[in-house]
Amino acid sequence: MEFFTISLLNGVSYGLLLFMLSAGLTLIFSMMGVLNFAHASFYMLGAYFAYQVSEWTNFWVAFVIAPVLVALLGGAFERTVLRKTHKFGHVAELLVTFGLSFVILELVQLVWGRTPVEYKVPAALDGSLFKLFNSTFPTYRAFMMVVAIGMLASLFLVLKKTRIGLVIQAALTHPDTTEALGHNVPRVFAFVFAGGCGLAALAGVIGGNAFITEPGMAQAVGAIIFVVVVVGGMGSLGGALIASLLIGVMQTFAVGLDWSFIGGLQSLGVDVTPETFGYPVWKLKLSQVAPILPYLLLVVMLVVRPKGIMGTRDE
Amino acid sequence: MSNAAMKPLHFKPLNGVRIVVWSAFAVILLLLPVLARSNFAVTLLCLTGIAAIACMSYNMLLGQAGMLSFGHAVYTGLGAFVAIHAMNKIGGGWPIPMWMIPLVAGFAGLGFGALLGFVTTRKAGTPFSMITLGVGELVFAAALMFPEFFGGEAGINSNRTAGSGWMHGLGLNFGGQIQVYYLIAIYLFLCTAAMYAFTQTPLGRIANAVRDNAERAEFVGYDTRWVRYLIVMASSFFAGIAGGLTAINFEAATADLVHGTRSGGYLLFTFLGGVGFFFGPIIGAVLLIFSLVVLSELTKAWQLYVGIVFLIMVVFAPGGISSLLMLNLRRIKYGEWRKMRWPYAGMVFFGLIALWGFAAIVEMAYQAQVAAGSGSVVTVARIPMDASVLASWLIAAAVLLFGGICFEIWRRKFNKVWGEGEERIAEAIKKAEAAIV
Repeated sequence: MEFFTISLLNGVSYGLLLFMLSAGLTLIFSMMGVLNFAHASFYMLGAYFAYQVSEWTNFWVAFVIAPVLVALLGGAFERTVLRKTHKFGHVAELLVTFGLSFVILELVQLVWGRTPVEYKVPAALDGSLFKLFNSTFPTYRAFMMVVAIGMLASLFLVLKKTRIGLVIQAALTHPDTTEALGHNVPRVFAFVFAGGCGLAALAGVIGGNAFITEPGMAQAVGAIIFVVVVVGGMGSLGGALIASLLIGVMQTFAVGLDWSFIGGLQSLGVDVTPETFGYPVWKLKLSQVAPILPYLLLVVMLVVRPKGIMGTRDE
Repeated sequence: MSNAAMKPLHFKPLNGVRIVVWSAFAVILLLLPVLARSNFAVTLLCLTGIAAIACMSYNMLLGQAGMLSFGHAVYTGLGAFVAIHAMNKIGGGWPIPMWMIPLVAGFAGLGFGALLGFVTTRKAGTPFSMITLGVGELVFAAALMFPEFFGGEAGINSNRTAGSGWMHGLGLNFGGQIQVYYLIAIYLFLCTAAMYAFTQTPLGRIANAVRDNAERAEFVGYDTRWVRYLIVMASSFFAGIAGGLTAINFEAATADLVHGTRSGGYLLFTFLGGVGFFFGPIIGAVLLIFSLVVLSELTKAWQLYVGIVFLIMVVFAPGGISSLLMLNLRRIKYGEWRKMRWPYAGMVFFGLIALWGFAAIVEMAYQAQVAAGSGSVVTVARIPMDASVLASWLIAAAVLLFGGICFEIWRRKFNKVWGEGEERIAEAIKKAEAAIV
């Protein structure tokens, strides 16, 4: 019970962080058809900017400034580079963001070095929120969940209840008509791209000190958020939310469990020894398999339901 | 219509131009190690040959079928692992000769392509890319999970001189690097020929159709998913051969052979070489080995330079180096190249100045950040720069600014001259067509 509750809370907070990342990616993809390969790099930039700003001032200033800075950078990239490659098609757009992720990684190493930086949780949020049996739940985890849910709610409100959101939704499905009605669709695209990068950066600000701020952090989540987007269904925000929570909870539980096939088979009365066929597979513990679970989920999903959880069209 | 246009066309796979080109290719492969002379150069040639097979197999996906894969190293890497195990089996007495190992690896690649491609090709376009990335991560993580097959951190070693057979009796035991080179050269030649022939087959042509307009191909009656699946399998067969040659060349295989960085490298350099022409990936392979071996010795920040060059290429020359080459050949053909000389010279001259300023900033930043232990002075193109002095930063920035502005001026001139030339060529072509009719 204790393990279950704590793991569930940790899993949900990790899942929400994944959703903050994949929300921006999904928005950009569904709107512009651009898969932003550098999305996780903007997440990393958010963490590093927050570290730098909080060194100079404090965490709360960084919390506001870092996402804005990254959003501006993202918007500038869209205006100057990405828009130029639009005429060459989606492959070129994907390639240009792939190149960008390369450059950002190198620049980050150039400016902040190759070792992790000391980006710490602010003192006000350090410590434990409550104690359940013998385990404590860190305050910062709760803070992460609050920020993620707040972001989710405001994203929903902006998209569904404001005029800007209406224009964005219209530009999503009918760009030509929206343009004919007098809206500057390229500007809306730049705005959405910047917004998506800002969201990724916000995830970096709160994720960077919860986990670790180092040059490898972009690659660590990069592939997983792609899995989230495919499993959730390309371009579906709701699907991305379900997939993020699923993967977050699944991975958190798996890390804590030492189950293996051997244990399961032995409880069924089958004896497994090192001589048994396929022993290397049977002896693996669930905690060892945890890193590949999201990718296994991807494979299973593609075989069973290629359009994803909430996907609408099957390409 | 003239009589010339009415003549029935005959399919002649062995025409004069092709015989000359392919013979020249064979002669070059034969003579390269003679020209190279040093052992290091032969090692470089071996690496380049292997990379050329890998990049060409990658271009079957990207150039021929428009499939942008982030997981090509899965097939080269798994091919290498199967090859290394097969080599150890030969050491244990298997009766197959060592030179067949790349074929074994090729079929292993084909098998993995059939297995993993079944999943990855369920989607086309951007989702395909995302899935290949996920599958690549899956295979790499699994590689660390099964040390029995992948050897864990240390990898698996083998010995290429093992085995027997009549060739062994003649001294062909792959003891020296030169023998390995010729093995690679033979495989390179055969694979290049096979891959070129593949582009001419109906399947190769349909792959182009699927790349250009999948919907239309579907309406004509082709199952586009099946086409993608077949292309992935064919491509992973050649990728596997490259992996098998890697295993023979290094006599070892480690888990980083299947890592995403390697896949990214294939993508990056195949694109830089150019995906539009068959020979583009060969140029890419040369650049790949040059960057990995030579450039990385010159500067620790080499990946930054490669990344920026890549970005510039995607935006300004999406056809890669091979397309730039062909465009200039066209200029020469129409006698337009002479007018380009000065704009080119100006761009190269000021481009190099700007590059120096940029490189100085990057190298100083690197020296100050990463290699601070070894002093603050760094030499950029023989000019020593001190990263701890503000003046050197200002100088570098000024040089970059000056070079950049002058480069931009010359680039505009170049664009103008280039555009005018383009118009004249278009006119010449129109005239030539009018003359035929």
